[in-house]
Amino acid sequence: MAKKLMKGCEAVAEAAIQAGCRYFFGYPITPQNDIPEYMSARLPKVGGCFLQSESEVAAINMVYGAAGAGARVMTSSSSPGISLKMEGISYLAGAELPCVIVNMMRGGPGLGSIQASQGDYFQTTKGGGHGDYHVIALAPSSVQEAIDLMQDAFDLADLYRTPVMILADGIIGQMMEPVEFHNEQSSRAIPEKIWAAKGYNPNENRPRAVINSLYIENEELQELNDRLQGRYQIITETETRCELYNTEGAEVILCAYGTIARICKSAIALAAKEGIKVGLVRPITIWPFPTNEVRDTICGGSVKFALDVEVNAGQMLEDIKLAVNGEKPVHFLGRPGSFVPTADEILERIKVLRRA
Amino acid sequence: MLEQNIFAGFGGQGVLLIGKLLAEAGMFEGREVTWLPSYGPEMRGGTANCSVVVSDQPVASPIVTSASAVVAMNEPSLDKFEDAVLPGGKLFINSSIIAKKATRTDIDVYYVPCNEIADELGNPKVANMVMLGAYIEKTKCVGFESVLDALLETLGERKAHLIPLNREALNRGAASIR
Amino acid sequence: MATTVFKKTPVLTDTIMHYCPGCGHGIVHRLVAEVLEELGVADKAIGVVPVGCAVFGYKYFNIDVMEAAHGRAPAVATGIKRVHPNNVVFTYQGDGDLASIGAAEIVHAAHRGEKITTIFINNAIYGMTGGQMAPTTLVGQKTTTSPYGRDKDHCGSPIRIAEMLATIEGSAYIERVAVNNTANIIKAKKAIKKAFETQIERKGFSLIEVLSNCPTNWGMSAVESMEWLEQNMIPYYPLGVKKEV
Repeated sequence: MAKKLMKGCEAVAEAAIQAGCRYFFGYPITPQNDIPEYMSARLPKVGGCFLQSESEVAAINMVYGAAGAGARVMTSSSSPGISLKMEGISYLAGAELPCVIVNMMRGGPGLGSIQASQGDYFQTTKGGGHGDYHVIALAPSSVQEAIDLMQDAFDLADLYRTPVMILADGIIGQMMEPVEFHNEQSSRAIPEKIWAAKGYNPNENRPRAVINSLYIENEELQELNDRLQGRYQIITETETRCELYNTEGAEVILCAYGTIARICKSAIALAAKEGIKVGLVRPITIWPFPTNEVRDTICGGSVKFALDVEVNAGQMLEDIKLAVNGEKPVHFLGRPGSFVPTADEILERIKVLRRA
Repeated sequence: MLEQNIFAGFGGQGVLLIGKLLAEAGMFEGREVTWLPSYGPEMRGGTANCSVVVSDQPVASPIVTSASAVVAMNEPSLDKFEDAVLPGGKLFINSSIIAKKATRTDIDVYYVPCNEIADELGNPKVANMVMLGAYIEKTKCVGFESVLDALLETLGERKAHLIPLNREALNRGAASIR
Repeated sequence: MATTVFKKTPVLTDTIMHYCPGCGHGIVHRLVAEVLEELGVADKAIGVVPVGCAVFGYKYFNIDVMEAAHGRAPAVATGIKRVHPNNVVFTYQGDGDLASIGAAEIVHAAHRGEKITTIFINNAIYGMTGGQMAPTTLVGQKTTTSPYGRDKDHCGSPIRIAEMLATIEGSAYIERVAVNNTANIIKAKKAIKKAFETQIERKGFSLIEVLSNCPTNWGMSAVESMEWLEQNMIPYYPLGVKKEV
């Protein structure tokens, strides 16, 4: 299939449809409006349903309803809207419902800006809502990768009965890149959703569907939490992904995810011209975090220090430091808000740190 | 090859479109490309700009802060992006509506009377294509036919009759700085 | 030979309800279940239960049920109905859930003409949390958060949901009923049936507001609470059909 120039938001929406998503509920917010717009045009033509909800809160609860009814369903938003959805995401996790949530991050806190940011790492990975839950969080660094991760996102959601978040930013959402749709069928065996609410007939061999996250007895709630934690353990062991780039024999390791990882690659090329060997470790799943890969890469013999680059005040930094556990110095470059560091800035910081 | 461009102008001057046509033409020619627009309130009648990267290698950063070429279709864009041109880079100025001259001496500056040429062609809307023609003449980034193929994708068959006019606009833009 | 003169509807489970003695919830549960049985749609029904006293509704209705976050039942029901348009989808909500924290969701479900049915229990108080003031609490009524009686200058007059939703274009059947005596209970069942029929006929959004009692939090005996409802609630919340298309 020929390559096509496509905007990130639209590519994500099309990829979702190709992954079998037929229901979308969402509320307008910049910079991700191309997703609901695309869905509103396409879903009715493939037998699906797009509905613009009255609020972010309503949207995530419509997702809850559709997910409980057994559908492949999605919503999308940007940072402040994701904050509003957090209660619903906790309920989805508690009721063990699969869905996909796309977050095209923008600057915060508060109303913040509409420019790209990475300020939602904490609310994505550390449980933005209440209770001990996680969402699987996939962080693409290109439009093509966003497409490729979409099929996986829906599969992982169904397989583990959990919300999955695509964590991208305004740049990925608004950027156009050449992309290909592979139309690949899922390679995973997804179990039938016998738990879904479709109407109960006592004469049929299916248990009554009760989609619920209320367990008033301590023992029952413990059972849910044990089940969830067990599942998170399996996800951590089997679904963790990250990219290692140019790390062999590197003296400096950059850490970054999403768009910023691309800028790091520019910096790596600039550094190479000056004879400085720099590598990159890029988490693709930011939850589960690739703790082992990050530790093994940074703590490797040739590495003098690591430099974490983010568009925030240092959020993923905490997970990197936990992984490295003091074995090597971990520095940080980044600013909260929407100032995206340039390749030159990154190189400059590397040089300063090398001299120190 | 690594062309890192900024196209900037008023909303409505078609700068996002010529950026997109360049990216798409690059893609047709087997290059790696990215197109990144400014977005938000400035889209509503203010200034608009986009970063377009065309490269032989996978594009690392889609954000252009140091540009091999800047296209300024109006004066605020010149003010904002003149300093972004790399030493030895190219600056294209729409001299029809920008009265002032560039201040940089370490770059190549081209003055293109886009609106006048477009008016001569009988359609003021093709001023952006005149500029794209000039840009391509100097950068050789892509071929005209690839740009016109990209334009046909955007216009659709129903408006395919506009292709000759746009071809002429590209040619006149190129000729104006030859 | 013994003759069966009454049988519990199989659309309710055998689970013993947690409701306080004399509470109207049990009555309304039974009416809803009987209506689903009589309409022959129990196997197509999907219920959405609220946060509030009816939070355990999923234990009592012998159908597929989803538990919603506080106030969000109409949004959840919307998601279900859009996936299963041929199923019969209803929400069962109290006054805190529907008229306070979930005011936006119910208004917009009605506004879209969402083909769902809402059973709205108005007992003028928050029951589950211990008798706090609801948007429907009457002026002068004492609750644990209006200990001097509701002062309308301070927190407004009680909200009339049925009348408000009747003004919305997308609503197709809206009626207010009460379950304080046998005659009213019989009328309530007819209204609930009518509401479900409205959904099945795809006419639009339907809602039955049910005036109910809360002897525990009102601090009355069951009989006193029924009388209090008759004398205080019905004059402010007049019974009857508010909208029918």
